[in-house]
Amino acid sequence: MFGYYLDMALHSLRRNRMLTALMVLAIALGIGASMTTLTVLHVLSGDPLPGTSQTLFYPQLEPRDMDGYQPTDEPPDQLTWIDGMNLLHARRADRQALMTGGTVPVQPVQSSVDPFYSDARYTTADFFPMFKAPMLYGRAWSASDDDSKARVAVISSKLNDKLFSGKDSTGQMLQLGDDAVRIVGVLDRWRPNPHFYDINISGSYGPTEDVFLPLSTARDLKLTNNGMMNCWGGHNDHLEIAPCTWLQFWVQLDSPAKVAAYREYLTHYSQEQKALGRFQRPVNIRLLDLMGWLDYQKVVPSDVRLQTWLAFGFLLVCLVNTVGLMLAKFMRRAGELGVRRALGASKRALFAQLLVESGVIGLSGGICGLLLAFVGLWLVRQRPSSYAGLAQLDMSMLLTTFLLAIGASLIAGLLPAWRACQITPALQLKSN
Amino acid sequence: MQIQPILAALRRHRLATLLIAMEIALACAVLCNACFMIANRIAMMHIDSGVDETSLATVQLTGYEDSHAVDLNARVLAGLRSIPGMQSVTVLNSIPFGARRGTAGITLDAAAQHFGGVVEFYVGGPGSLQALGVHVIAGRGPQADDFRAFTGLMPSDASVQITHSLAEHLWPGVDPLGKDFWLDKMHYRVVGVIDHLVRPDPPGWPDNSKDWSIFVPAQPGKLLAGSYLLRADPRDVPRVLRDARAMIAKVAPDAVFDQEGSQTLSDLRATCFRQDRAMAGILVGVIVALLLVTALGIVGLASFWVQQRRRQIGIRRAIGATRGDILRYFQTENFLIVSFGIALGMVLAFALNVMLMKFYELPRLPLYYLPIGALVLWALGQIAVLGPALRAAAVPPVVATRSV
Repeated sequence: MFGYYLDMALHSLRRNRMLTALMVLAIALGIGASMTTLTVLHVLSGDPLPGTSQTLFYPQLEPRDMDGYQPTDEPPDQLTWIDGMNLLHARRADRQALMTGGTVPVQPVQSSVDPFYSDARYTTADFFPMFKAPMLYGRAWSASDDDSKARVAVISSKLNDKLFSGKDSTGQMLQLGDDAVRIVGVLDRWRPNPHFYDINISGSYGPTEDVFLPLSTARDLKLTNNGMMNCWGGHNDHLEIAPCTWLQFWVQLDSPAKVAAYREYLTHYSQEQKALGRFQRPVNIRLLDLMGWLDYQKVVPSDVRLQTWLAFGFLLVCLVNTVGLMLAKFMRRAGELGVRRALGASKRALFAQLLVESGVIGLSGGICGLLLAFVGLWLVRQRPSSYAGLAQLDMSMLLTTFLLAIGASLIAGLLPAWRACQITPALQLKSN
Repeated sequence: MQIQPILAALRRHRLATLLIAMEIALACAVLCNACFMIANRIAMMHIDSGVDETSLATVQLTGYEDSHAVDLNARVLAGLRSIPGMQSVTVLNSIPFGARRGTAGITLDAAAQHFGGVVEFYVGGPGSLQALGVHVIAGRGPQADDFRAFTGLMPSDASVQITHSLAEHLWPGVDPLGKDFWLDKMHYRVVGVIDHLVRPDPPGWPDNSKDWSIFVPAQPGKLLAGSYLLRADPRDVPRVLRDARAMIAKVAPDAVFDQEGSQTLSDLRATCFRQDRAMAGILVGVIVALLLVTALGIVGLASFWVQQRRRQIGIRRAIGATRGDILRYFQTENFLIVSFGIALGMVLAFALNVMLMKFYELPRLPLYYLPIGALVLWALGQIAVLGPALRAAAVPPVVATRSV
């Protein structure tokens, strides 16, 4: 029966090409626009580390003084050096890494390349295994390198290509201003999106840093820090003791029991610091997981959300338009439908037949819409935003496109199909 | 033209009429709000910076040792000033639409009890305020002895110029001259008011605080170096900036020339607002597509009605209606449906605006957008229906005598 309906649908669609084209065009435009914006939204709100993200957590503490205290205050987004170091050395999580961003002056050995600045990340040894950062050559540094402020570095494959033309550069020296560090590892291509571990740097979707150094080494070499810093209660030039939050701290907790235990530990730690007089505000801790943290930080640009709403508003207009056109099309065939009714087709059969026709329109609209979405995404990629290059259609979005197109056209077809089934066969037969 | 028979006919096509009206209503809501958003973005892009953008450029240097900063300043200033056509080279920490190095919260009392707001401190060496080309509208500009040497992040005590909008915010309706404010323990006294001086990053700030800037005079030194304001005749600016780059390589090989940061102010402005320009472009695209789809919908349904009523049209023609009558019939019918849609759309437009205000900090939709939106949709409806209406008018009277 479905095959027969399909045949009839194609036949009827061919009979009035103009109207069919209008309906397909309306659906295609709506689908194209919605899929473009939905894909951007999907990419931007995606999981930067699928499979690992649910075991990664971002602890927050409340180390501020009572100045301007509000009971509803959220704890700061980052940690002070003292708290960061305390939590790091407590080793209560399966893995933990303390970090901040920076820039380093790179002096290439070749005289043909001008000195340039690279974004850097100063962190601790667990960073690489915890975030599953893949190594192309060599290995990450160890915790003992952290302790001994070893002059070691891990560089990105991009920098390796630039400085060493892609050859294994482990063991080579990297000149940073007046200081030199030994390269122990080269990262493979790795670009988690968003740049979750520090979203204050280079937009939330910036590229991965080119140079990774032990945090202790970076402090020892007095390298420049980058990123957000919040201070309270007096100025202090020494960041190690200043009442300033400027470090990000991530922990890996492999089971719910460990998460609960770590939460307990953070509370306990805060109470202890309060007893010592370092913390003054009531204990206020957070332990959000990676996706929860991104959500809390509202990393998806509000413009992107607005565009998505706009596109769906547009799809709605397109659908109302399609409903109108389908109504016109189905009603025009009142005579034919009357004959079918008179010959014994039930209302249900007519309804099914008309819905198949809507589905065919939806499918064609979906295909055209997909082409439009490819064009739309190409346009997005030409735009000057940090996330522009990420706008690519993946398998799940491809599937969503067709589901959305067919679903939308079926919904659009419901009302006209129902209306067309209400006709009385006798009247139609008589008037002809 | 009699409206009564048209209404009677529409009552027989309630569903189709309602659909077109709904489409018009949705289009009206999106159209008004999208136009309003475009207007907002464009207004933001054309913000008055208060400075002579076309005459200015900046050179940003990094990578030098802090201990060499004083020496670097001397070399760079002397080198850049020797470039032909250069009118002035001065040191300025933050640059409008460019580098941002002085964003901080101020308080109106020494005890830090009364918070004033987060403002931008432009810390500049001698001549930099004049080079910017801002207008001092009250009090005085900086004098030679205002420029003091400092250690730490900023001069800890200075006589400063603030913008008019900041003065109005801090001390509404009061003469700001002679007033004091603090940044932590650092103390500043207002001696002059400037009409406009935009923050380096205006897109990120609410409308009323885009202009909250303070000019702090200071002697260039260890922490006021590496950021230079170049002034030249507008025609010379691009060339002067190119020459400046070559000059830096010669006089300051120890510093890194920041390509991205060193640009003309016009280019910096364009970069600063490119996101907004892109968004405005998308909104225009949505509006065009929306109007197109709406028009196509009207064409489709009107064509259907014309075909359905061929006999009736024929009969009317046979009993004396002119082609003009038939044409006007369809035009009036469209006008009525669109008017109904617009009435509904105005309510929807306001509802949508309230939602956008809640989630996207958009201001309230001004009322004059509604009649403009209505006119556009009326025109759209008339244009869309013209084709089918002309076809209807072309139906010959003889159709009445034929059975279909």
